[in-house]
Order: sequence, then structure tokens, then C-alpha cells
Amino acid sequence: MSDLNKLGLAEARDLLRKGETTSVELTESCLAAIASADALNAFVHKTPETALERAKAADARIAAGDAPAMCGLPVGIKDVFCTKGVTSQAASGILEGFKPEYESTVTQKLQDAGAVMLGKLNMDEFAMGSSNENSTYGAAISPWKRAGDDTDLTPGGSSGGSAAAVAADLCLAATGTDTGGSIRQPAAFTGTVGIKPTYGRCSRWGIVSYASSLDQAGPMTKSVRDAAIMLEAMCGHDAKDSTSADLAVPNFEAMLTGDINGKKIGIPKEYRLDGMPDDIAKLWDEGTAMLKAAGAEIVDISLPHTKYALPAYYVIAPAEASSNLARYDGVRYGQRATLEAGDGITEMYEKTRAAGFGAEVQRRIMVGTYVLSAGFYDAYYNRARRVRTLIKKDFEDAFAAGIDAILAPTTPSAAFGLGEMQDADPVKMYLNDVFTVTLNLAGLPGVAVPTGVDAKGLPLGLQLIGKPWEEGDLLNTAYALEQAAGFVAKPLKWW
Amino acid sequence: MSIDQSTAAKVAKLARIKVEEDALPALAEEFNTILGFIEQLNEVDVDGVEPMTSVTPQRLKRRVDEVTDGSQQEQVLANAPDAREGFFAVPKVVE
Repeated sequence: MSDLNKLGLAEARDLLRKGETTSVELTESCLAAIASADALNAFVHKTPETALERAKAADARIAAGDAPAMCGLPVGIKDVFCTKGVTSQAASGILEGFKPEYESTVTQKLQDAGAVMLGKLNMDEFAMGSSNENSTYGAAISPWKRAGDDTDLTPGGSSGGSAAAVAADLCLAATGTDTGGSIRQPAAFTGTVGIKPTYGRCSRWGIVSYASSLDQAGPMTKSVRDAAIMLEAMCGHDAKDSTSADLAVPNFEAMLTGDINGKKIGIPKEYRLDGMPDDIAKLWDEGTAMLKAAGAEIVDISLPHTKYALPAYYVIAPAEASSNLARYDGVRYGQRATLEAGDGITEMYEKTRAAGFGAEVQRRIMVGTYVLSAGFYDAYYNRARRVRTLIKKDFEDAFAAGIDAILAPTTPSAAFGLGEMQDADPVKMYLNDVFTVTLNLAGLPGVAVPTGVDAKGLPLGLQLIGKPWEEGDLLNTAYALEQAAGFVAKPLKWW
Repeated sequence: MSIDQSTAAKVAKLARIKVEEDALPALAEEFNTILGFIEQLNEVDVDGVEPMTSVTPQRLKRRVDEVTDGSQQEQVLANAPDAREGFFAVPKVVE
């Protein structure tokens, strides 16, 4: 069988269970695709030998009748996950050569379920960015091109390598993490599905921290069904993360009935921004019509503090980052700058951090340092945390009024060209997260579903926002949207 | 609130990131752009609103206070840029 790498998780699982293919065949197919896709710069550390070993072990498990859903399925892992003995740098120069002595809980769960890791995927440094251009490995490149235009496009960020790899069929699925939209925005830019679960669903243990109160891991896949399968394998309580929720993990896939009859879908008026491109407005209207046709009741709602989500995020996330990234001091792991005679410990810290961190990471650490500094803590940090309470309350009010899920665009535009935002001020890049960041602040689950293409043939996605801990119901609504939209576009292979 | 070069230098110092003198004006300007964006938060009435501490209300779990891990000196030091005789090594700290 050829083109096994083009399969999704569910199809590959079913073939494995029927004995019509093997994990080794699936893995070899992906490894061949990866080997010929260096132009995308998606896989930055390849682990073909480990992958084949694990594939053989998975085949043995399947033969023995012990096959959890992910068993034998080859996936890519974002570089932000610590993987034992395999370089894990969060795309930062400061962690060059870092080989963890431990495995993150999420990747351990995937491994225990029999998933096969193909290697580590490119990303924005410490997950800070929306274009994957802030990476020590260089930018990941989208497999998509605008019609009749050879410009290299961004796969989005920060999980850009994951999105590029899934869209280009280098793996069946990949892990991502999402602090302000880093799963959903790249999914939307590449025509893939990505879900950020409720804060606390996935353990953060062993994931390089950016902003601990916002960070969540999730799957990036080729379909909603695949997202349900992989999410179930990734989440669950972990004593090593005190914010991980001690709640049972449902069988998400079994909840995909496609029946959304009578569900109330909220359409938030504040998301209809001035100057919203026609393509995005049209996509949103069409998505609304699809859910209505599937039997949902459409309700106009208001989330009055939406406008303040992005500025609140750009206080809270840098504040937490400045604290989390204090650990990169050139002492315990990673790189230490070359010192001159007479340099003391302060020079060691300052030179190491100046040389090891990229420009955006330095910027966020310093902004965070400023907003937490004496005299400004109340004016910035505490005010932002109060606004965060109000943003969460907006959603609580909507859900209390009977709304089951909220439909909104995922991004304010289609993917942009690499370098096109280079001269823009940092805030312009931050606006990419305008529709996604609210959920991180409110801790809510959100899923990006590809539903159409723009005039230049680039994929566009819609986002569904659900109630806390109701990922199953949310995925079912996403499934109904996916069925109605029938998105099948794939990038033409140029790499 | 406008940030001048000396404030930018102070923030860089607090963050332990070396910023060359000639890079300070551009850095101060970037801070001002970002802080100008953040200033919007002043429009919000936050009187009587509690600052969020935990996005999902939950009590921290209690656990028994006992040693569950340890004796991993080699693994702890394995990634250190400079480890000697079982310790992390750093430049001289005390005179």
C-alpha cells in the first residue's frame, strides 16, 4: 500500500486492527516523507531508529491483541515537550543540545498508548510567536502556496512545525501547545484540526513552560475524529502537575454522533471586527448557516470584554514568562556564554541570556519584568488579572444563558508570507491572536476546524468554543461542522 | 507612562539580559509601543473585581510530605555547561 503517510489516525488504526498494514510500514512511509521534506523545515530533530524500534514493539502489541487506539500510529512531537534522551530545545539557542533525563507526561502517555514518535517539530522559541519565524532552527515553511505565487508562507505559530508536518502528510498527527492560540492559529493556516482542551485537562509536567496559567497541550490532526482519538490519549490527571484536573477522561470519539439538533450556538458580536476581510466574514456566515441547517439554534450573544483580552494577555503572559524563564541562567542546563577574564556571576547571567534568547523572547521577558516591578505591579499585573476575571465572566454569563458552544473565526486573515510582518511593530503580530487568546484567559476548550479557502486558495478555519470539561460535546459540534463544510483541499506538493 | 533609555537599561538589568548601550533607544521605543497597547486596560472598570488566581476553581490536592525521589546526581548534572566533582561550577561568587 502506498501513501500510508497520507492517512489519518482513525483510518490507520482501523487498517492496523484489520491486519491490512503494520506500524513499521506506516512509520517507514512517514520517515520517507520526512526525508524528502527538509525544505519545509518542520522536523528539526529526527528519530528514525527509535521510531522503527517503537513501531516493531507496537506491531507485537497489536499481534498480541493489546492495542490501544494510538498503538502503532506515527506522530510528530513539538520541540517544547521534553523527550528522554532526545534533544528538546523549545526552539531556543539557550537550550542547544539539551537532552532531558525525563519524559513529559503527555509524551509518556502517548508512548504508553503505543504511539510512535518520528522526531521533534519546529516552533517559535519558547512558544512565543505567531509565525514560527522566532526559531533558532529558522522558520518552518507552510506546504501551502497562494495560487500563482511562489512566496513562502508561514504555517502559523507557535506550533508551526506541527501544522506544516500534519498538512504535508509527514506524520499522521502531531502534538502542539497553546498559550494564546498556538494550536488553533497554525491549524487554521494549514487546513488542519487543532484543539486546545480545558486548562487542566493535559498535564503540563515536562513541557517547557511559557505562561503557566495559560499553557495547555493538545493534538493537531487531519480530522475531528483524529483529534478526539489523540486528545483522549494525551489527557488525564497527573500528580506531578498540581493544576491537572482529577476528572475522568471520557471516550471522546464515542461522542461523535454528528447530532447537534437543538444545540444553542452563540455568535459573539464583538468578534466582528472593523475591517474584517470579506473572506473571513463570509466563512463565518457560511459556518453559522451550516450549523443552523444541522439543527442548531443560532443566538446572537455579547462578550463585552473581548477587546481587552489581547492587552490583558500581553501583561499576564510576559509576566509569567519573565518568572518561568529566569531558570535559564547558564548553570544547570543549556548554553553558557563565553566569559572574559574577571567576569563574575552577573556577567555570566547577562551574557548567557543575551546570547541564548532570541529578540522576541528577550522582549517578552523584559516587558514581564517591567509590569511586575515595584510601582507597576498593581497598575499593570493586578489590573490585567482583574480584567481576566471579567473576560471569564463574559463566557460564564453566555453559558448560563443556555449557550452550548460559540462559533467565531480562528484568525483575522489567511496565512501571510514569511518576512511580511518583519517591519511591523510587535503589536501588529500580536493581533493574530485576537480571536484565540480569550479562551486561554478563560481556561476554555476551543477547536479550530478548516471550513473553506480564500480567493487565493489558502485554507481558512472557524473556531468553536466550548464549556469547561465538555470537550466531547465541543468535538461533536466540530464534527457536525466538518461534515457540513466538507473541506478536502490539500496543498500541492512543491517540496 | 513613557519609558526612557535609563528605564529600559534598568529593566534589562533586572531581567539579567545584557543590552548594548546603542540598542537601548530602539528597545525603549518597543516597550512604549507595547505598553501603549496595554494602556487600553485602563478603560475597564475593575472596581470590586477580584484578580484571577486560578482559572479553574479547584483546591490544591494534599499529599503526604515524604521523599519520593532523589539520588540522581548524575542525571541532574548531565546537562550542565560546567559540572565538576559532583557540583555545578560557576564563576567566583564571593571575594
